[in-house]
Amino acid sequence: MAANPMKIRASNKDGVTEVKVLISHEMETGQRKDASGAIVPAWFITELTAKHNDRVVLGAEFGTAVSKNPYLAFRFKGGAKGDKVTVSWKDNKGETRTDEAAIA
Amino acid sequence: MNNQRRTVLKSGSGAALLGILASAGIITPGMALAEWNKAAFDAKSMADTLKALGAGTPTESKDVQVTGPDIAENGAVVPVGVTSTLPNVTMMAILIEKNPNALAASFTLPEGTEANVQTRVKMGQTSNVYALVKSGDKFFMATKEIKVTLGGCGG
Repeated sequence: MAANPMKIRASNKDGVTEVKVLISHEMETGQRKDASGAIVPAWFITELTAKHNDRVVLGAEFGTAVSKNPYLAFRFKGGAKGDKVTVSWKDNKGETRTDEAAIA
Repeated sequence: MNNQRRTVLKSGSGAALLGILASAGIITPGMALAEWNKAAFDAKSMADTLKALGAGTPTESKDVQVTGPDIAENGAVVPVGVTSTLPNVTMMAILIEKNPNALAASFTLPEGTEANVQTRVKMGQTSNVYALVKSGDKFFMATKEIKVTLGGCGG
C-alpha cells in the first residue's frame, strides 16, 4: 500500500543538489500470474514530480518496467542547506503520496 | 463506445463481456489518466514507441550515455542511468528493446536540472537498452547491451 513513506536524501555539494529517492511501491506489471493462473492486475506508479521549494526540478513518467520499490537519482543546480525537496507520485489506481526532505 | 455499452446491456452478461473487452485491451485501468503518455507506454516495438514520443528517427550520439552493468544477474532490478553532455536537454527516456513494452521511463528536465538520471528497471531478457535524449528540437540516442541471466518478468 501507499502507507510507507518515501526515503528521500538530498545533499548539496558545490552548488549542485543531488537527490536520491527510494519509493515503496509494488510496481506490478500486469503480466504475472498468481498461483491459480489468474493475471495479477497491473499496479504501478505512472507519474512523479520532484520540487525544490515550489519549483519543479524533475518530472517523470514510469511504465511497468520500472523495478519494484523504485529508485531514482538526479541532480539539479542550486538548492541550499535546509531547503525543501518534495517528491510526489501518482499510480494507475489513482493513489498518490507526497513526502519531503530537507537538503543536507 | 455507446454501441458497445448497448450490446453489453442487451446481452445481459455484462461482466463477461467487460472481461473480454478488458483482455482485448479496449478497456485498461490506465485509461482514465490524462497526462500519462499512454500511447508511448503501450507501444510494443521500438519504432512505435519512438513515434508515440514524437522522436522520429533519433541520431546516434556519443554525447549520450547509458550507464548500467554489462551483465545483470537479476533482471528484476537492473540499475540503469542516462547521462548526456548535450546542451538544453529537456527530455530523457529509457527504452528496453526486448521488453513487452519498450518504454520503461521518461523524464522531463526543467532548466537547471542536469542530464543525469539513474533508476532501476526490470528486464525480461538480454536486450539492448536505449537512452533517448531530446536536446533543443532534436532527438539523440545511445545503446548498451545488458545481458540478463535471470529474467525479471515473473518467469
